[in-house]
Amino acid sequence: MKEGVNGVALSVFLFFFLAVTVMGFWASRWRRAENAQNLDEWGLGGRSFGTWITWFLLGGDLYTAYTFVAVPAAVYAGGAAGFFAVPYTILCYPLVFTFLPRLWSVSHKHGYVTSSDFVRGRFGSRGLSLALAVTGILATMPYIALQLVGIQAVLDVLGVGGGDSANWFMKDLPLLIAFGVLAAYTYSSGLRAPALIAFVKDALIYIVIAVAIIYIPLKLGGFGEIFHKAGEAFAVTNKDTGKPRGALVTGPDAQWAYATLALGSAMALFLYPHSVTAVLSSKNRNVIRRNTTILPLYSLMLGLLAMLGFMAVAAGVKVKNGQLAIPQLFEDMFPDWFTGVAFAAIGIGALVPAAIMSIAAANLFTRNIYKDFLKPDATPEHEAKVSKLASLLVKVGALVFVLTLDKTVAINFQLLGGIWVLQTVPALVGGLFTRWFHRWGLLAGWAAGMIYGTWRAYATPSATQDHFGNTNVIPLIGEKGYIGLTAFAVNVLVAVVATLVLRAVKAPDGVDLTRPSDYTADAGEPGVVTELPPATAGVPGGH
Amino acid sequence: MPEPHGQPAARPVAPPPADRARATATASATPLIVAGICLAIPFAAMLWVDSYARVSPAFIGIPFFYWYQMLWVLLSTLLTVVAYVLVRRRERLRKGGEQQ
Repeated sequence: MKEGVNGVALSVFLFFFLAVTVMGFWASRWRRAENAQNLDEWGLGGRSFGTWITWFLLGGDLYTAYTFVAVPAAVYAGGAAGFFAVPYTILCYPLVFTFLPRLWSVSHKHGYVTSSDFVRGRFGSRGLSLALAVTGILATMPYIALQLVGIQAVLDVLGVGGGDSANWFMKDLPLLIAFGVLAAYTYSSGLRAPALIAFVKDALIYIVIAVAIIYIPLKLGGFGEIFHKAGEAFAVTNKDTGKPRGALVTGPDAQWAYATLALGSAMALFLYPHSVTAVLSSKNRNVIRRNTTILPLYSLMLGLLAMLGFMAVAAGVKVKNGQLAIPQLFEDMFPDWFTGVAFAAIGIGALVPAAIMSIAAANLFTRNIYKDFLKPDATPEHEAKVSKLASLLVKVGALVFVLTLDKTVAINFQLLGGIWVLQTVPALVGGLFTRWFHRWGLLAGWAAGMIYGTWRAYATPSATQDHFGNTNVIPLIGEKGYIGLTAFAVNVLVAVVATLVLRAVKAPDGVDLTRPSDYTADAGEPGVVTELPPATAGVPGGH
Repeated sequence: MPEPHGQPAARPVAPPPADRARATATASATPLIVAGICLAIPFAAMLWVDSYARVSPAFIGIPFFYWYQMLWVLLSTLLTVVAYVLVRRRERLRKGGEQQ
C-alpha cells in the first residue's frame, strides 16, 4: 500500500463528487410537477420515469458500491463460491417479468406507494402490512450502512481515511461530509436526485469495468495466466482450517449451496423496499417488462467485475480486510488519474442506492406505521414532510451504525436482511396471484420463517466468525443450502397449514379492496392515475 | 391521491382490421405457455450446477465454469425478449378484441 494521500486520484475523485452534488440539488427542478408536496412526487419521482431512466435508476439501485466491493472480494477470498452472484442476477429477471407488472398495475390503480400498502389493501390487515414494513426497514438499514462501508474503503485507500494515527473525528470527517451532502439533496429533491445521479454513476462504472477488464489482464499476462496463478493460490492449504483457501470450480458438496443461494437471493432482490420504489416510479407496466430485457447488461458487468477478484489474487494483492482488495488492485494497476475515476465510480455508486434506500424506508415508515397507526388523517403534504424527516433519521441511524459498531455487524445484519426479505414473498408475491391465503396464516408463516432463519443463521459459523453463516444443512434433504430459502419453505408450509385451519374454523377474512382486473391495468386506461406533469414532462427546469 | 388530470382516458390504439380479425383466433393461452417455458428455462440451466462445474474447455483462458454462466446472461436475456414479444402481442390482440 502506498503511503500518504494520493493527490491526483483525490482531486479527480473530488471533481466527480462535486459534480454529482450540484446535480443532486438541481434534480428538484428536473421534470417538476405542479404540486410537488406529496409522496408520489418526492418518494416516487411523480411515477413518470420511462424505460431508460428506470434502467439507470434500477441499475444504480441494485448494483451498489457494496456489490462492486463485496462480489470480487468474495471471489478473492474463496474463488468459485463468490460467483453465485451471476446466476443470482440471471434468475431474478424472469421472476421480475412474472410478478412486478402486476404489482405496478394494482399500485397505480389504488395509489399504493409501498408494497405494504398493497398487502393492507389486498388482505385488509394492518398487522400483516406492519410486519412487512418493519421487515423492509430492518433489512434496509444495514444495507445503507454497508454503502458507507463502501465509501470508507475508497477513502481509506485514497489515504484520507486518516489511518490509525488520526483521531476519530478527523478520521470520519470525509465520510460525515459525504453523507451530510447526500442527506441534504435527498431531502430537497427526493427520488429525482438519485435518478439523475445514476446516469453519472453508471457511465463511470461501465467505463471503469471496460478498462479494467482489458487493461489489467494485459498487464498480468492474459486470462490464462491469471486463472493459473489464482488456481495455485487457492490450492494452498489454510493452516488454521486445514482446508484449501478456495477453488476455481464449485466442488460436488457445494453445489446445493451455490444453487440455493442464487435462487433465494434472486427471489428476495426485487422485494427489497428500494427495488419496489424504483419499479413503482416507472410510468407504465411495459417499462418494467422492457427493463427485464436490458437490465441483464448489469449482470454481464457483474460477472466481469467478479473476475477482478481473480486478478487481485494473481496480482498478489495482499490486504487484511478483503473489502479493500479491489480498491487496492485499482490503485496498484491504474495510473493515478484513472484510479480517481474508478474510486469516484465506487463512491457515487454508494450514494445512489443509499439515497433510494433511505427514501424507500421513509415511505414505509410514513405510510405503514405513521399513517396507519399514529395519524390516520395525515394529508399528502403532511405525509411528504414526515417522509423527508424519516429519510434523514434513517441515514443518521445508518451512520451511527457504521461509526459505533464493528463493520462485521453491518455485514451480519445485511445477511440476515436477505433472509428476512425472503420471508415477505408468500404475502407479497402470493398476494399478487391469489387471495387463497388467510391473512393470519401469512402472518404466522412470516413469523415462523423469521424466527427459523434468524436462529439458523446465528447458529451457523461463517468463514471468519462463529455466527452468521448463510448456508447450513437443509432438513430432510441433508445437503448444505441457503438458510433463507429453507426458512422460506418453512414459512410457506406454516402459511398453508394455518390457512387450512383458519378456513376450517371460519376465522374472519379481511376485506379485499382489489379486483382481478386491477392486476393487469395499464397507464392510459380508465381509473389509472397518470401523474406525468402535463406541460413540463421531459423539459428539465420547465418552471 | 391527486385526481387524474382532466384528459380523457386514452384508449389503446385499435389494431388494423386484419389484425382484429385474427384477434379471437390468436388470443389463446398458447403464447403464454410458450412465454412461461422461456422464462423457466434459465432456472433449469442455472440450478443444475453439476452441468457446468468444470474447468475445461476454457475460452481465452477463462475456465468453462465462468464463461458458461456469463453466456447464460445473454441466453436468458434472449429468452426474456421472446417472452416479452409474445406477451405484448397477446395483450394488444386482447385489447383490440375488447373494443369491438
